[in-house]
Amino acid sequence: MTPEMLSLSNSPVWFVGIMLVKLLVVFTVVMLSVAYATWCERKVIGHMQTRLGPMRTGWHGLLQPFADGIKLFFKEEIVPSSAIKVPFLLAPMMILVPALITVAVIPFGPDIQLGDFMVPLQITDLNIGVLYILAFAGLGVYGLVLAGWSSNSKYSLLGGIRATAQMISYELAAGLSIIAIFMLSETLSLRGIVALQQQDLWGVCSFVPNWYVFTQPLAFCLFLVAGLAEINRTPFDMPEAESELVSGFCTEYSSMKYALFFMAEYANMIVIAALTATLFLGGWSAPLNIAIFTMIPGFIWLLAKVYFMMFCFMWLRATFPRVRYDQLMRLGWKVMLPLALANVILTGLVVVILQ
Amino acid sequence: MEIIFFYMVALVAVISGFLVIRCQSPVNSALGLVNTFFCLAIFYVMLHAPFMAAIQIMVYAGAIMVLILFVIMLLNLGTAERKRYTHGIVWSSLASLLVLVNFIFFIKRGRVTGVEGDITPFLIESFGHTELIGKAMLTEFLLPFEIASIVLLVAIVGAVVLAKKEV
Repeated sequence: MTPEMLSLSNSPVWFVGIMLVKLLVVFTVVMLSVAYATWCERKVIGHMQTRLGPMRTGWHGLLQPFADGIKLFFKEEIVPSSAIKVPFLLAPMMILVPALITVAVIPFGPDIQLGDFMVPLQITDLNIGVLYILAFAGLGVYGLVLAGWSSNSKYSLLGGIRATAQMISYELAAGLSIIAIFMLSETLSLRGIVALQQQDLWGVCSFVPNWYVFTQPLAFCLFLVAGLAEINRTPFDMPEAESELVSGFCTEYSSMKYALFFMAEYANMIVIAALTATLFLGGWSAPLNIAIFTMIPGFIWLLAKVYFMMFCFMWLRATFPRVRYDQLMRLGWKVMLPLALANVILTGLVVVILQ
Repeated sequence: MEIIFFYMVALVAVISGFLVIRCQSPVNSALGLVNTFFCLAIFYVMLHAPFMAAIQIMVYAGAIMVLILFVIMLLNLGTAERKRYTHGIVWSSLASLLVLVNFIFFIKRGRVTGVEGDITPFLIESFGHTELIGKAMLTEFLLPFEIASIVLLVAIVGAVVLAKKEV
């Protein structure tokens, strides 16, 4: 007898218990990654600029995230007297929450057997997984806009307006580049997409898995660039361009509310890295179908891919200067969008011909 | 279990719908409307229509409301429209009461026949909601689908022409 998939109907107590454990573990891993991403970014950029980065707190500054956290906790919480209170308080939450709940649909391993049931290593497998991610990625913009507007300061407002224009334009390119993936996978579930990427490459090469980065290199590049633009990372960090807008949309924030914006930035980075890994780089599956690689558990591969992508984002930040606003818009609408559309048409043609 | 959940979400939906019309600042009203859209998305999920739920959030909460919020912010209506209007309250409440009575009357008059259509929860589970919608759109409703895309294209071109002073 093959074991049943654990669900709310066949064993409610176990289901809820295991779900809570999964939630807790994933949340802890994401939060720790967020904390150490800040340290890592300072170290990586420091070494790339021939500096050392943080060195004082702990061995090579390893305790720096905690020191920063404690410092921010004890800072005075300031709400500017001319700020509009409710949106001002809501904005930091509205930017962090969409980033965190997106992680729920990312699979981090194969199904494992516990007792009589199969347990999927994924918080929830939605059959509209990718749409769910796109929907919540679009909600992140509320935080930026509300923060920018409710602070009642010109720098914040300019930052918020830039953020909206940028996110709306690049959301299209990101969404269209993923459509090419659906056309190949014929499923919207991230679990299904990962499963398909474990097959042989183009059905011939048996030890290289069928990662979509090999079939869809253009979509991969478009998704990466659009993803970077959507999470406002350098070179697309126009909303918080510190040389012109002080600190952009979060200029008026202080203490933990300011820290929430930073946590959201790194959480978004993790989400984009995890999505890239899941959609294009085979998710939790090993890069080569040989025994030494497939023995290593799936979540380690996923984490390795996520951290590698994040390292690339930091590398990009150390390499490229910030783009100008008109360049940003021209790139989004006149280059990325037509390329993404062309990619969709091309993929459709190839799929039809190969049938 | 499900009915309790329904009432909880319905309560939130009604409260946020109430906030949409009662908030003083238009931005808070807009946020209330976003919350209402969320509750509607939850109802879609409960009705076995996950695709509709995702599209509801993506299109209404993610795109249209952001634009509305954007316009409200740029016009900064919050400071201009502070004073309350009271003159219409009696008539509008009377009218809405009549509409409510009307609705209840028609809902009470109908009978549940128990006739089931082709699309059942089982079919959605096995075949997939997105696949069903996609198939219907590109076979049975192809013409309306294409007409809708042309209408949207006309609207986009119109918007560009209006926004650009000299074409």
